[in-house]
Amino acid sequence: MAAPNKGRRSPAAQGRPGRALALIVVVIAALVGGMFYSGTMTPRLGIDLAGGTSFTLEAQNMPGKPNAINETNMKTAADIMNQRVNGLGVSEAEVQTQGTNHIIVNIPKGTDAKQAREQIGTTAQLGFRTVLTAAAGAKTPTPGSSESPKAGSGEKEKGDSSASATPSGKSTPQGRAVGDALKKDDTPTPSASKTPSAPPAQQQPQGAGIPAALQKKLAALDCSTKKGRADAAAQAARAKPSDQVVACEKDGSRKYALGPVKVEGTDVDDAKATFDQQGGQGWIVQMNFNSAGGKKFADVTGDIATKAPPQNQFAITLDGQVVSAPQVSSAIAGGNAQISGGFTQQSAEDLGNMLSYGALPLSFKIADETTVTAALGGEQLNAGLIAGAIGLALVVIYLVAYYRGLSLVALASLVVSAALTYTLMTLLGPAIGFALNLPAVCGAIVAIGITADSFIVYFERIRDEIREGRTLRPSVERAWPRARRTILVSDFVSFLAAAVLFIVTVGKVQGFAFTLGLTTLLDVVVVFFFTKPLMTLLARRKFFHSGHPWSGLDPTRLGAKPPLRRGRRTSAPIETKEA
Amino acid sequence: MSKLGNIGARLYRGEVGYDFIGKRKIWYGISILITITAIVGLAVRGLNMGIEFSGGAVFTTPETSVSASQAQHHAESASGGHQAVVQKLGNGTLRIQISELDTKEALPVQEELAKDLNVPVQDVNTQLVGPSWGEEIANKAWLGLGIFMVLVVIYLAIAFEWRMALAALIALIHDLTITVGVYALVGFEVTPGTVIGLLTILGYSLYDTVVVFDSLKEASRGVTKQSRYTYGEIANRSINSTLVRSINTTVVALLPVAGLLFVGGGFLGAGMLNDISLALFVGLAAGAYSSIFIATPLVADFKEREPQMKALARRVRAKRSAAAAKADPGAGEAEGAVQEGEEPQDGAPAAAGSSAAGPRSRPADRSRGRGRPSGKRR
Repeated sequence: MAAPNKGRRSPAAQGRPGRALALIVVVIAALVGGMFYSGTMTPRLGIDLAGGTSFTLEAQNMPGKPNAINETNMKTAADIMNQRVNGLGVSEAEVQTQGTNHIIVNIPKGTDAKQAREQIGTTAQLGFRTVLTAAAGAKTPTPGSSESPKAGSGEKEKGDSSASATPSGKSTPQGRAVGDALKKDDTPTPSASKTPSAPPAQQQPQGAGIPAALQKKLAALDCSTKKGRADAAAQAARAKPSDQVVACEKDGSRKYALGPVKVEGTDVDDAKATFDQQGGQGWIVQMNFNSAGGKKFADVTGDIATKAPPQNQFAITLDGQVVSAPQVSSAIAGGNAQISGGFTQQSAEDLGNMLSYGALPLSFKIADETTVTAALGGEQLNAGLIAGAIGLALVVIYLVAYYRGLSLVALASLVVSAALTYTLMTLLGPAIGFALNLPAVCGAIVAIGITADSFIVYFERIRDEIREGRTLRPSVERAWPRARRTILVSDFVSFLAAAVLFIVTVGKVQGFAFTLGLTTLLDVVVVFFFTKPLMTLLARRKFFHSGHPWSGLDPTRLGAKPPLRRGRRTSAPIETKEA
Repeated sequence: MSKLGNIGARLYRGEVGYDFIGKRKIWYGISILITITAIVGLAVRGLNMGIEFSGGAVFTTPETSVSASQAQHHAESASGGHQAVVQKLGNGTLRIQISELDTKEALPVQEELAKDLNVPVQDVNTQLVGPSWGEEIANKAWLGLGIFMVLVVIYLAIAFEWRMALAALIALIHDLTITVGVYALVGFEVTPGTVIGLLTILGYSLYDTVVVFDSLKEASRGVTKQSRYTYGEIANRSINSTLVRSINTTVVALLPVAGLLFVGGGFLGAGMLNDISLALFVGLAAGAYSSIFIATPLVADFKEREPQMKALARRVRAKRSAAAAKADPGAGEAEGAVQEGEEPQDGAPAAAGSSAAGPRSRPADRSRGRGRPSGKRR
């Protein structure tokens, strides 16, 4: 961006310094307005300043699948991780991929880091289980009475009530939507599966072959609260694949007693959402099994297809929760299956991702875990702020002592720079998820030096010109092109360092690099649109123009040659035009 | 202050100055010595890698009356014999490091430790690091370093010339080596904070160097068209004339870092702030030194090897001996007049001369040459 000779353009607002100053005032006002508009007045703080726990997970290839770490897989994994962590009842946990093979999970303070750790540390378990029986999601007072609210309306009703319990109803309809698995996609029968008769048929299976203990557990299970679901999920996830378990539908609308895992998630080769053009079923999810999985799946579907509802359903469980429970009308052979029924594009893609995750040949291990208490976080934030204040004060004292009146320009520029940095950081929080962490604070403090240096370069150039015997106004204009080039070249190098660090590195280094890059860019903006125009304006003031001893531009102090300055002032411009 | 200002003016005019180029061999020697010391230190003592690189756990307890040695005893028994390092920080908190503790084993240790020290477990700050994570950070940092060096050399080669790029690179490596060497010799712990500090030096060290080079590039424009000064003398003059700026820059950069160091060390005892600022402090000092004493003299050395520059040096020598033959030791007026006539219109913008090596020319001449708005129309 800054080839040294680029500065040939007429310098910003050479003739109209007022305009540039007005521009920067408008920009700051707009940014402040943006802060009010978005309602965020302070930068978002990172875990190390606000307190909380941060996990860094490192992806590892599963044995035999060397190339599994790629962008798509990592994104899917992060999505799943997000659902798991936020399923804990944790609010505002954030999950993001970083670099090529890391996922960062940040959990704010006040949540159970231990539980989160367990969730994160374990590999996701996707499985296909047979459904033994199903009921509406809420806790059933007595074992027998679970049938009472059923009968067609039951499902709807519970769905509604649970929707109010779960704030994010995004996956509600299709999670419960009864799917239709079709043999090789050839016989679409959407109507048959549309409204399942599962609830009315509950009586028969309930008696048949389900252990009493399991029935009791099912009755006691309360899927209508987040906590209840989380507990159930944790329990079900811990169970062995061969165990019978009770589990909740993800949105809490249904609960199930489930048989052993018949097909493992790892048997899914691939799953994706597609839009069904011919069948007119809208969004569907297609699954491909590997050969072993296809065979097992064919066996299971053949087995349950003939049974009465709800035992003709199989439940797809992820981490102990039922993400979908499609009905089966016939055996599905050939390793391909599709699930249909009331999907939106989003929900179909979600399910597709989850199914793929079962096949995701990745495992994660915790590479770094940092827990910072709110007390320490606040302390570190204070320390950073104090350090910044001390640093700034020292710089100000130095500048005032050395540059006197000129330091006013430097101080005003630093203030503008600080205002821009602060507002941008604040706005970048909601915009791109930027969080201010300790290294970022360090970066900002270090940047004080870089910003101040631009002024020093410019001031020294001006002084050099005055030493040549020039008066202030020509000096200010003459010094600018040379100073500008130096500033651009050196800022470019600094920005290059920040950019490379930001792209290549991981973890905390990134936060540091980001601030450094941001402040370097702002430095250029401030020098071009604030410092220079301000200098031009001030050069017209008598205080500076006459070289008042306190202006920092006193020619005698600077050692300009008196003959040139006084006696030959008129000839000076002629000399300067020699080129 | 005004005295300092005067020095600035006199440095600018070349009335006072230090012969950086002429004495470069001494400074090369010093730098080589420091670098060798650093490398030896690195080889012999090695770096004290923090938990973040070797893997392990760091617990920071809230304020407690338990002493460090008691805590160490507790920590070692809680972790089942792993070695623990305990520091009592300024604010009464304890920092307990247990090395080579697996992330899985750490949780029970934390709980037991909290019980032993009688503090609530949720008030204990923990950092658990798997050994591969530190390696990952370090590897990425090396990669970033490599990419940055390549890019910056390309950029400097385009913006300036390859000799300057090479000199800047050498100066950069010099700074990094010294900083790392200081860490090895003093035994400071190397943490990700250190790595961040080290990487920042990259930008900063070059930043300083670039400013000096910029001035040099400008001063040496048309250097071959005159015969008053050799390239080395012009280079020396550029260093001296930007010396005030270099000092100011370094001071202004070091002041906030000093603030960080003070707060990081004084208030928190240890931690990220301290680590970053310590590395920065050492690196910035080395960077300021190297851009003046190493980078620019190196450029002069490289340049002086060029045939034109050799020819220039010969011309300058011939001219000077002729002037000496005239036996006018005062040099001032007469020589100034001669030069005035000889200096090409577009000649060296800075009638640069090293105060130590070159004959002093009159200020009027200088201002005449200097007066060209060289940055403006080029």
